[in-house]
This record gives sequence, structure tokens and C-alpha cells, in this order.
Amino acid sequence: MVSTIRTPHPREKRIIFKNIDRPGWTNDIGCYLHDGGYEELKKAFTMKPGQIVNEVKLSGLRGRGGAGFPCGVKWGFIRPGGTKPVYLICNADESEPGTFKDRYIIHQDPHQLIEGMIISCYAVNAQLAYIYIRGEFPEGAKILERALAEAKEHGFLGKNILGSGFDLEIYVFRGAGAYICGEETGLIESMEGKRPYPRIKPPYFPAALGLYLCPTIVNNVETLCNVKHIVRIGGAEYAKMGKPNNTGTRLLCVSGDVQKPGYYEFEVGAITIGELINDICGGMKPGRTLKAVIPGGSSAKVMSAKDRYKLKTKQPDGTMAETEMGLEDIPIDFDSLAAAGSMAGSGGVIVMDDSRDMVWALNNINEFYAHESCGQCTPCREGSLWMKKITGRMLHGGGVEQDTDTLKSVADNIAGRTICAFGEACAWPTQSFVAKFRDEFMGTAHKKGNGNGSTNS
Amino acid sequence: MEIPAELEARIDQEITHFPISKRSAALPLLHLIQEHFGYLEDEAIEWIAQKLGLQPINILELVTFYPMLRREPAGKHHIRVCRTLSCAMAGSYELLDTFCKHARIDRQHNGHGAHSLKSEDGKYSIEFVECLASCGFGPVCMIDDDFYESVTQEEVPQLLEKYQ
Ligand SMILES: Cc1cc2nc3c(=O)[nH]c(=O)nc-3n(C[C@H](O)[C@H](O)[C@H](O)COP(=O)(O)O)c2cc1C
Ligand code: SF4
Ligand code: FES
Repeated sequence: MVSTIRTPHPREKRIIFKNIDRPGWTNDIGCYLHDGGYEELKKAFTMKPGQIVNEVKLSGLRGRGGAGFPCGVKWGFIRPGGTKPVYLICNADESEPGTFKDRYIIHQDPHQLIEGMIISCYAVNAQLAYIYIRGEFPEGAKILERALAEAKEHGFLGKNILGSGFDLEIYVFRGAGAYICGEETGLIESMEGKRPYPRIKPPYFPAALGLYLCPTIVNNVETLCNVKHIVRIGGAEYAKMGKPNNTGTRLLCVSGDVQKPGYYEFEVGAITIGELINDICGGMKPGRTLKAVIPGGSSAKVMSAKDRYKLKTKQPDGTMAETEMGLEDIPIDFDSLAAAGSMAGSGGVIVMDDSRDMVWALNNINEFYAHESCGQCTPCREGSLWMKKITGRMLHGGGVEQDTDTLKSVADNIAGRTICAFGEACAWPTQSFVAKFRDEFMGTAHKKGNGNGSTNS
Repeated sequence: MEIPAELEARIDQEITHFPISKRSAALPLLHLIQEHFGYLEDEAIEWIAQKLGLQPINILELVTFYPMLRREPAGKHHIRVCRTLSCAMAGSYELLDTFCKHARIDRQHNGHGAHSLKSEDGKYSIEFVECLASCGFGPVCMIDDDFYESVTQEEVPQLLEKYQ
């Protein structure tokens, strides 16, 4: 129950989380300024907006919210000199199960986010911006509001910021408990005062048609914090961290069956799944072995410790070759995890040991998606409910032989047939759990009276 | 339903955050009114609609969509326990049961997604919620606006003691 100070692991490279759990650090502007805060904002104002966009492109920064889309490319969709106003929204909805990183930035280092946002707004010429924070972060919302007021008192917000001629207001907008508000077009509908029903694509990016049908940039908290550091060291220097196409650092949130769960920051791809679990997180619990890992939030496909994975890797002579490896040898970066059939997603790594019942785990995930589907599309609304009902009855001893195949068939009929990516997000867990742990599902379907922890169906 | 002047001033202030469309203030106003009155009665929904130049249905459809908005009062103290995978692995189902036992909440007929359950004396209400974004330190719960990590079942009585 006690909130303890968590000291970083020596192998970490803390940039975004530099101030998290830092001894003597407080989240007020005085502390931030004392540490050289808002210097990057001053530097940004010596640059042209287009230059900053270019630096972000050069940096290779990819979105940290889930999809990993190149941030500079997204910003490039905003045409300079357009007639409509541009908006920027920080996605602080942080609702993907397994993900807990934005919370700590908001609570402990709000000014880093605000500075990143002001620079980003200047780069895309947005003069009104919002932080969409999930409703279950009431304290976070208060901290941000206070930090915004402090920034305004110091002339970092408002009219003619630091004499640059640039005007900007940032406000906090609170969600109210719906996961779908994290999907960027659902988020925008929510901000327009409507139900957060995701919008039909195309247009694929709110940068074309966003808030109030104006060009809008939506970025994750961590992504926007990175912008400050790109301005500080330059895009080319930033791109030296991590790997090509997987640059910078990444916040990893580890939960589940490891000895030391928690949040960690590494250069992208600097460690493998096995190193994360064994060297950083203290290994599995005594007497337990690794069974499965969900590497990028609950929507990412589960990976089994028993499987072999074929990945293309760079050889010492520079050529590419296909290497076969076990789960623990896969480096944690966007491209490696995608090549291994899952995704880096939101950085939420959920670890499961050999004591875990995979039907029980999938049922828990299915309950989440059945609860959170916004209900607009029939395949998603009905399918997510059916998947939950099937895993639920399997657990409670009412399964039938065909359940395993029915689950797969329902999931296969959701993915690719919906308005938003929630369709994939809810289908992938079922597809992957059933594919990787088929025997376990078949076995449970036959068993009678098998209730394993899930008390509601 | 009487909106005190101070609350109305905050509401008017909030509306200024949305210079393009007053409708955007719908959810923020719902939060402010629910924080003040504890829940959202018909009159509140009509009041917000009128304030923003909307139809009551435009407000009601938000109330029925968002899990955090409620149409009847919660207990004096509202408990939220995270139900999702990482917390479930860390024992959140057991934690919920323990809270119910000590808060004297009858959970017999409660399904997930149902309205939150209240103790008979109205002191506590409880709700299973989805991932609260602290999955590494489960099981996680909130009591009112306060947040608690790594909560053990043994700590439940002393936690409840803090909220009288
Ligand atoms: C169902 C669903 C939920 C999402 N939830 C979040 C979220 O909680 N936080 C977030 O930053 N992005 C979330 N996203 C991704 C956003 O739609 C969007 O891609 C992201 O905010 C863009 O920012 P980035 O490019 O900086 O990652 C979600 C996407 C989907 C489909
Ligand atoms: S896929 Fe699901 S969450 Fe997305 S719009 Fe359709 S029903 Fe809503
Ligand atoms: S699963 Fe409980 S906080 Fe995320």
C-alpha cells in the first residue's frame, strides 16, 4: 500500500523518466526551472516551425501510444499556411491494460509534458491545445491544471509567449471511464461533446480532419515529451539512440509474474525479452518458469515461451539473414516484435508463468473488450460479447468441444471488419491465445465444473 | 436542484475553454455537477442542456455511455477495484470480496458492468473497474479520489477505517 521510491536499474537509460523518483524532485515549476526547465522552449523559438518538424522527422521518433506511426510524418500532414486553425491534443487516456507510464510523467514531471506540448504546438502552429486525461486520474488532472497555471504565470503560455509572437492556450479535458476515448477519433468526438464513437476512415488521420473538422495532431504523452529532447540534442543525434527505424528510448511497463515488476526506460531494442525479465525484473517467482508474454498491452498478440520465432537480423557483414530464436532472445523494439508476430504497442509487458491458466487469462481480457466496445459496429459489439461468453462458459464447466474453433471463427470475423482498430485489438488476443495454447483450450472445453478465479461471467 | 453561485462561476469559466463550440463543455459540466451533487438527476441533465443550448437527449446519451457518470447516488465513499488481467493475477478478485465483506456489501447479485453496489448503511459503494494504469503494482484500488497500490487483504479494515 505504501508508495515506495523506485530506484532505476543501472542498465536503464533515463531520459523521459529522468525525474521520476528522483531524490529531491518535486513537480512544481520552481524545481523544473531550477533544473534547466523550459530552456528547450527558448531554443525552439530561435528555430522556424518547419525546422522543428524537420528535426522530428530526422529523429525517427515513432508514436508511443500504440501504433508506432512516425511522428514527423504525421506532423508533415499539416500544411503550413492553411486557412483553418490547427489543434493539438495530448492523448493522456492511458487505458490499454498493462500500460502505466504516462501516469508517472503527469504526476511527477508535468512540466516536461507541457514544455514538449508548447514546442509541438509551435511546430505545427496550433494555438489551442488540450490534454485529454482519463477520468480515473483525478489527481493527475489537478496536477496538470496547477502546472498549466504556473506555466502561464511564467509567460510560457498565453499571448506572445516569451516575445516570440506565438500565442497558445492549453486546457485539461477529463474523460469519464471509457477505454474507447483513447482511440484518437473517438477522443475527438468525446471532446466535441458527443458519444465517443470512432469516426469512419478515411480520412485516416485527424491531421486531415480532426477536432471541429480542423487539422488536428493527436499524440501520446510520452511522444510529446520526446519532442523536448529532440530539440535539445537535435534529430540526428537523437536518431543515434536505439536502432534504425526504432530510435530513441522506450518506457516499458512490466506487470505480472516477475519478481520486480515496474517501469523502466531503455534505448529501443537495447534489451531482449529475456534480459528484461531475468536481469531487470529479477526473474520469475521462485520455482516458476516462463509461459507467455504479452509484449505491448493487452491488445498485442500473446507469445509463447515454447515457440521458436524467425526474425530477420543484420549480420556482422551487413547482410540480412533469417535467424531462429526463442521468445527470450527477441529484442524489444517495434520491428522485431512485429516480425515475431506481435507488436511493441504501448510498451505494456505482461508476463505469465506456468501456474497461469490461459483460458482464464483470455477470459479476463475478453471481459475487458466486451465491456469497452463502443457498440457502433456489429462484429465488434456482438463478437466481443460472444468471445467473452464462450471463454466464460468454458471456465465454468459449460464448454463444448467446438468452443475453441468457434472462438477463432468469431475473432476472425471481427478483425478487418470494423470502423476502428478496437476490432483488431479485441480479436488479436483470442486469435493468438487459441493458436498458441490450443491444447489447453481443448482440454478446458471438455472439463466440467472448472472455475478458476473468474467469479463473474 | 440549486446551483450555487460559486459552482456556476466555475461552470462559466469551464465553458470559456471551448471557444469554438460550447457543446464541448458537456462532459466537463457533467463532471462538475456530479462532483457537487454526487449524481446526475433529470433536472441536472436539463439544466446542462439549457446552459449549452442543447437538447436534454444530447446530455443523457453521454450519461448513459460513460461508466463514471451515474444517475443515482453512490455510497458516501466509493471504492473502485481494478478487475483487469495484471491486477487479477495479483489477487484483485479476492480483494474485491474482502472489501465487500468488511464494508458489508452483499455482492450476491452483482455482475460486472452492473451498477455499483452499496452497503446497507449507505456508507460504502463498490465497483469493479477496468485497468487503472498501475498494473505493475497490483492489486490496485481507488477510494473516492485516492489511489492505492499493492493492496493486501489484511489492509482492508484499516483502509476502510480511514473513510468514515
Ligand atoms: C482502441 C484504442 C485505444 C487506444 N488507446 C490509447 C491510449 O489510451 N493512449 C494513447 O496514447 N493512444 C491510444 N490509442 C492510439 C491512438 O488512437 C493514437 O494512435 C495515438 O494517440 C497517437 O499518438 P502517437 O502517434 O503519439 O502514438 C488507442 C487506439 C485504439 C484503437
Ligand atoms: S470497432 Fe468496436 S470500438 Fe471501434 S467503432 Fe466499431 S464497435 Fe466501436
Ligand atoms: S490491470 Fe489493474 S491497473 Fe492495470
